Amino acid sequence: MKESRVTIKIPRPLYRKIGQIIEGSGFSSPTDFVVFVLRDLVGERGPAEAPDEFTQEELRSIRRKLRNLGYLE
Amino acid sequence: MIRAHGGKLVHRIAEEKERESLVRLVDSLPRLPLNERETADIEMIAIGAMSPLEGFMNREDYVSVLDLKRLAKGLPWTIPVVLSAKEGDGGEFREGEKIALVGGEGEVLGVLDLEEKFAVDKEQEAEKVLLTTDESHPGVQYLKTIGAVYLGGPITLIQRPKHRRFENFRLDPRETRVLFKAKGWSTIVAFQTRNPIHRAHEYLQKCALEVVDGLLVHPLVGQTRGEDIPADIRMECYRVLFENYYPRTRTALSIFPAAMRYAGPREAIFHALVRKNYGCSHMIVGRDHAGVGNFYGPFDAHYIFGEFDRYEIDITPMFFDNSFFCRTCGNMASSKTCPHGSADHVALSGTKVREMLARGEMPPPEFTRPEVAEILMDFYRKRNKEQNG
Repeated sequence: MKESRVTIKIPRPLYRKIGQIIEGSGFSSPTDFVVFVLRDLVGERGPAEAPDEFTQEELRSIRRKLRNLGYLE
Repeated sequence: MIRAHGGKLVHRIAEEKERESLVRLVDSLPRLPLNERETADIEMIAIGAMSPLEGFMNREDYVSVLDLKRLAKGLPWTIPVVLSAKEGDGGEFREGEKIALVGGEGEVLGVLDLEEKFAVDKEQEAEKVLLTTDESHPGVQYLKTIGAVYLGGPITLIQRPKHRRFENFRLDPRETRVLFKAKGWSTIVAFQTRNPIHRAHEYLQKCALEVVDGLLVHPLVGQTRGEDIPADIRMECYRVLFENYYPRTRTALSIFPAAMRYAGPREAIFHALVRKNYGCSHMIVGRDHAGVGNFYGPFDAHYIFGEFDRYEIDITPMFFDNSFFCRTCGNMASSKTCPHGSADHVALSGTKVREMLARGEMPPPEFTRPEVAEILMDFYRKRNKEQNG
């Protein structure tokens, strides 16, 4: 099932400005643009490294390589 | 830490069972030999350095990159990353089927899932990406060597190309990210180079390092022009600098395995996005970044960043003016920070330095570190000897 959406209000001049910014950019609407930016910002402030990017074994293996090459003590 | 371009670091290296099944399959597939640039690209895509690319571009992305400097979905991307059918119209390759991609030693490096085969106008590509069709431009020369039909689709790497150089300096984006985290660096500035580092470059790097946690010197060692200093000589120059003049706890040296495009401003954006994938939060953009000859204005690579919003690029460019040693100031400076005239500056053209080094004449220490000069003099001495028979 598709996740439901909520409405967030933003000032109309800002909405108009976003409309101008996205002209020819590939974003199909100001909403798409705002969702993209917010996802980006929220993601930035999330965990420094997504915990699922590496398994513990991969992490150990990378650290071992970095130590062997002299990058880490 | 900064997120990869598009939000996720791509990983297109086949593991275990997938690898075994692809290895079994490749003998039955049509084969396509890769040139040096394409070989570098397939590896860069597979290790996530070119995230969000998962393969060679299809027509939609290619056209969008040429026209809008963006991928079809809107993300900034300025350089076409494409695979050419080497001859003719690529009739032997069918959309919807796989192609075995073959390295320089006849080994199958990976597989392309061919989604789309499309004819291109290479002259138009040169005009849009390189801003010239002049045949003296190395990028235009490259385009002459490849076919005019491109093959787009995702790739899967079966094995890494065989590297015989710089093994101790070869780190993937996943590895640099772990390194930065282990070092406790949250802001890292990248320095892209294809030349030896002289005092002016060292100055830029150290200025940048004053405001971030760590410095990654990331020299490009992929395909370059014949007249550039060979990568092994440059690496030796970087090594002595790191040993003698760089703080070990704040700096790292690792190679950047990409091929040089010489696309000036467009390549500056590309270099920045790729360094973001390696985990860098900042990148130094100096004078005539990725330029060649007089094809681009000295600061075009700065101006192009103004075409994008800061949030889209995310990595922060650090722009630097021309720098030099000023005798009156008694220090390194730039035209932004020094009030004195050029008569006070120790600034040498590349040609002048090459001539001095070739004569065995040491450039002034204000221009280059003596340890670096020694290595370069030795290189030119040997080269002259070879050339003179």
